[in-house]
Amino acid sequence: MSDRVAGDGASSKGAPPVLEMRGVTKRFGAVTANDGVSLTLGRGEILGLLGENGAGKSTLMKILYGLYTPDEGEVFLDGERVEIRDPKDAVSRGIGMVHQHFTLIPPLTVAENIVLGAEPRKGLSLNLEEAVRATEELSERYGLKVDPRSRVADLSVGVRQRVEILKALYRNVRILVLDEPTAVLTPQETEDLFAVLKELVADGLSIILITHKLGELLGVSDEITIIRDGRVVDTVDAADTDEGELARLMVGREVLLRVEKEEVETPGGVRLAAENLTVRSSTGALAVKGVDLEVRGGEILGMAGVDGNGQTELAEALAGTRPVEGGRVFLDGADATNLGADARQERGLAYVPEDRGTKGLVQDFALYENNALKTYDEPPFSKWGWIFPKVMRRRAAEALRAYDVRPADPEARAGSLSGGNQQKAVLARELSGDPGVIIAAQPTRGVDVGAIEFIHGQLLKQRAEGKAILLISLELEEVRSLSDRILVMYAGRIVGEVGPEATDEQLGLLMAGRGVEEKSA
Amino acid sequence: MEDFFGLLGPILQSTVRNATPLVFAALGGLFSERSGVVNIGLEGLMLISAFAGVVGANLSGSAFIGLGTAVAAGLLFALIHALMTVTFEADQIISGTAINLLALGGTGFLMVAIFGSGGTSPRIEGFESVAIPVLSSIPLLGPALFDQSILVYLMYVLVPVVFFVVFHTPFGLRLRGTGEAPEAVDTAGVNVARMRYYGVGLSGVLAAFGGAYLSMGLLSAFTENMTAGRGFIALAALIFGRWNPIGAAGAALLFGFAQAVTYSVNEQAIPIEFIEMIPYVLTIIALAGLGGRAIAPAAIGKPYRKE
Repeated sequence: MSDRVAGDGASSKGAPPVLEMRGVTKRFGAVTANDGVSLTLGRGEILGLLGENGAGKSTLMKILYGLYTPDEGEVFLDGERVEIRDPKDAVSRGIGMVHQHFTLIPPLTVAENIVLGAEPRKGLSLNLEEAVRATEELSERYGLKVDPRSRVADLSVGVRQRVEILKALYRNVRILVLDEPTAVLTPQETEDLFAVLKELVADGLSIILITHKLGELLGVSDEITIIRDGRVVDTVDAADTDEGELARLMVGREVLLRVEKEEVETPGGVRLAAENLTVRSSTGALAVKGVDLEVRGGEILGMAGVDGNGQTELAEALAGTRPVEGGRVFLDGADATNLGADARQERGLAYVPEDRGTKGLVQDFALYENNALKTYDEPPFSKWGWIFPKVMRRRAAEALRAYDVRPADPEARAGSLSGGNQQKAVLARELSGDPGVIIAAQPTRGVDVGAIEFIHGQLLKQRAEGKAILLISLELEEVRSLSDRILVMYAGRIVGEVGPEATDEQLGLLMAGRGVEEKSA
Repeated sequence: MEDFFGLLGPILQSTVRNATPLVFAALGGLFSERSGVVNIGLEGLMLISAFAGVVGANLSGSAFIGLGTAVAAGLLFALIHALMTVTFEADQIISGTAINLLALGGTGFLMVAIFGSGGTSPRIEGFESVAIPVLSSIPLLGPALFDQSILVYLMYVLVPVVFFVVFHTPFGLRLRGTGEAPEAVDTAGVNVARMRYYGVGLSGVLAAFGGAYLSMGLLSAFTENMTAGRGFIALAALIFGRWNPIGAAGAALLFGFAQAVTYSVNEQAIPIEFIEMIPYVLTIIALAGLGGRAIAPAAIGKPYRKE
């Protein structure tokens, strides 16, 4: 399928590479985001672009897409030097991008979203039938199943991503850049996506896949370029490397990919419990339909499931930020159903919400303010209705250092931190109060390897101290490696309990709702 | 029965007349808000245009030239709003309020400067009613709908035209997209700022028709603050009509009907203040979610800044 000789690196004989970036440098004030970065993408190739959050991957791709102008360096398309002025220019040159945060318009239909900016016309009017037809044709050709007439607002995240890809294909792109495409997908959806990508390169497209997940790159890419601190560390052949090497190149040191879980003596008493809990979602639908669970001291109870099966609502109901429709919540044996989030926190409940950006932190507040967000009204932060910023700063400085938040500067604005550091800042706040019960929802979503390692270590440390931990995660590997028991949630119900030794297949079946019949019968 | 028809005919005719400036301004607001820019300056844009129209007609002796100056003034001030909010990313409410205050003070000042006194301008050549043959002799509805000024007929045409443009053209798709998710429109290669300039500019042109109708259709003179809150009622009609041209026109007709009723019945029967309340009460009800919530374009009020 490729006219390139395998492993011939940057200098391909015959046709020049589809894309070559040479010595690209981009500075933002004092910060150098890209420092002389070079990479090569061959025709029909999938290039993995690997690096931690903040390593400069996104900056590089924004340069390619015309969103930033490089300070130095050159970009070549098919051997010809080009200057890409803006996204429109990039698209007209055959470069398409699927952003990490989707750029779709929810109230519009799939077809409308796809043709936006390059609409088929019939006289003066928009030719919607043609838009639908073109969408159907593309969707059939590449196996990207989607209904052109449905509203994007009604679609799941996985389907929305397909729409994004179709949007690029509709514009006849030759180079497709995907920025962290699997961050929002379930294992099955990820597999489907990779199958589609392989189909696309077989059809002559060239793909750049940006990610910080090591494993998935090995299966799908041809070559992998690793970036650290704005520089290219190495470009390796995917066939000749392994996760360990990639992690080391990416982080710059040896990384523990497997967590070491020490055996804890038989777990203690039940500290967090739910009894026949029913919760409604924001749209008013029943999201949690009679869930029973018990988390004991010294254990991590994992909650697996495909996104949107009620885990979010369950976590919020347990944390006290969402009203309960029916059933009861117990904290250390006492009924906490009617307690608000503040009262539950005072009784030793810590909550790491899945959306740290909007629910975990106030982006425009300094870290010390965020650190006191839940306890600003208690001593030592406050007395007689008076708050003490000095104490807040001192405590925050300690917590930030203890939880390896970078920068450990209490004055830094939360929004200026990378995802991993924001998450560590949330953890610092939630865990430093020595809570008895911890609800951690997606604690490592969108977080780099180094931070994941740290967060996992902290959760296990809390477990060893006898805390009761409910871990809700979409990452099967995470649930399995940390949990003592695993519950699987499907359509608002617990559909099964398995041990950490459960296979992908077992979990996958439960997550897809198989076995529901036996359970509810 | 005679009495009923005798009363209803004038009420219907007055309904259409009251509704016309509201429909124009609401359609204008629709273009602006669908592009993501709040335009509470509609009131001021109408007032400036009403005044500019009278000045143009007074100087030229032609109603059509007056209409031209009205549209030019409306467009100019709308573009100032666009410059403030789109280019300089100023707060849209503050910029709109500034335009309202500027319009009120500016027209009052220019009245004295141009016509020598405040209050009411000299009479000008306005748009007389033109009865459409046959149609205007339909009982009851004929005089109400088809014995009106040509601006009213223009309004009839514009409602479906705006509907078509917004929902069935590439321009409309981009406009709606810009108001919902500008970053999506931007990555699709469409210039967000340009779309917003179009939206706000069109709001100025349409509000100008509304203003011109007040001073050159309903009356044939400008009086100080003659819009008297119609720009705000038009915004209410826009929201009550769910940012849809047909809905907004329907809401404007409803509000116009309420006004017409007050004018024609004994003042003691229904206090006029009560009727004046109706548009706003209905807007609150619409926003509060009776019969499905009125949901504004998602990106409305937020300046778009490229990364």
